[in-house]
Amino acid sequence: MGLQVMKSCLVVDDSKVIRKVARHILEGLDFAVSEAGDGREALEACRASMPDVILLDWNMPVMSGMDFLRALRDANAAPRPKVVFCTTENGMAHIRAAIDAGADEYVMKPFDRETLASKLQIVGVA
Amino acid sequence: MINDRPFAPSDTSPITVTALATLLEARTGQRIAANRAWRIDTALKPIAVERGAASIDELVAAVRDGSNTALADRIVDALLNQETSFFRDAGAIEAAAEAITAIAPSKPRIWCAGCSTGQEPLSLSMALTERGVPHELIATDVSGHAIARARAGRYSQFEIQRGLATIRMLRWFDQDGSDWIAQPALVRGVTWRRSNLVLDAPPAGAFDAVFCRNVLFYLAPDLRPRVLEAIAGSLQPAGALMLGAGETVIGQTDRFVPSKRFRGLYQLAAAERSA
Repeated sequence: MGLQVMKSCLVVDDSKVIRKVARHILEGLDFAVSEAGDGREALEACRASMPDVILLDWNMPVMSGMDFLRALRDANAAPRPKVVFCTTENGMAHIRAAIDAGADEYVMKPFDRETLASKLQIVGVA
Repeated sequence: MINDRPFAPSDTSPITVTALATLLEARTGQRIAANRAWRIDTALKPIAVERGAASIDELVAAVRDGSNTALADRIVDALLNQETSFFRDAGAIEAAAEAITAIAPSKPRIWCAGCSTGQEPLSLSMALTERGVPHELIATDVSGHAIARARAGRYSQFEIQRGLATIRMLRWFDQDGSDWIAQPALVRGVTWRRSNLVLDAPPAGAFDAVFCRNVLFYLAPDLRPRVLEAIAGSLQPAGALMLGAGETVIGQTDRFVPSKRFRGLYQLAAAERSA
């Protein structure tokens, strides 16, 4: 039986509590997890090592999730990481804007393990 | 009516548990598995509190003479497992939509038996419509409450996010506060009907596909062959049956065999032999 390489997920959120909860769920789903507290930190992390999937908050200091997403997609990284927004911005207009800007999926907070697992499955990383 | 009498938790007597099991099985064919008996208190406590019953024993005593059928209905509804989700089991609905399209390219007729709150038939309807396949879909469930919810097409934030891709949510649902409501054409495209899989006749006419997913599991074992026989009788000769991911027909009936053509589906044994 061959070794299965763990998928990597970068959790980008300015809330330590959310990062901790997401890490706990993601590690339970066999992801290797790294963290960033804002969009700029996340861009640096991606330059160092591109994750398979990015769980991305919207409202953050320094650089918002939307600005990060645009910068990431402009950089045209290959292989293209999946981006799953995970935010309290739960209105249809925000969701549509995120998908239009290149997000692959959208999780409305609050979320639970099943929701996150289901969305990661939909984008093909779980 | 809310009564302020305190509710005494738990300590439901074995006699009450037996009475509930008898009521549930008589009405639905479903059994309360010993390892799920703990759910009784959780499921019935809200009804007991609402009616001012001091315990589950007191609540159930009110339906034991058989006269209060409305309350008995509510109790049975509360005991039913209505677990479901959009596009349950990754890829299963898409694969089924492909198979149905191959079996009956022109307006397939489909019966979703045990559709709970509607996520499965709506998922299938979305998948078929996106493939440009007009279809007729009849969805039944033993629970009147579940069928009413399915007809309303209203889902909470947690329900809408489970299994449904965001792109589909935007296409097929409208937001109303924190809820999401299926567009009228999607909901009205399904015929919703309260029906008991064990006691009632199947919907009229022959079907190209029957979905009976995660339903048989809850039925008393001696009822499963009967239900499978009824489903076999309502399928077109080339029709297909889809069960839940962990379910099988093996040991329950010889009317169905695993389909050679469509992975994960079952077809009538007679049709497979002549194929």
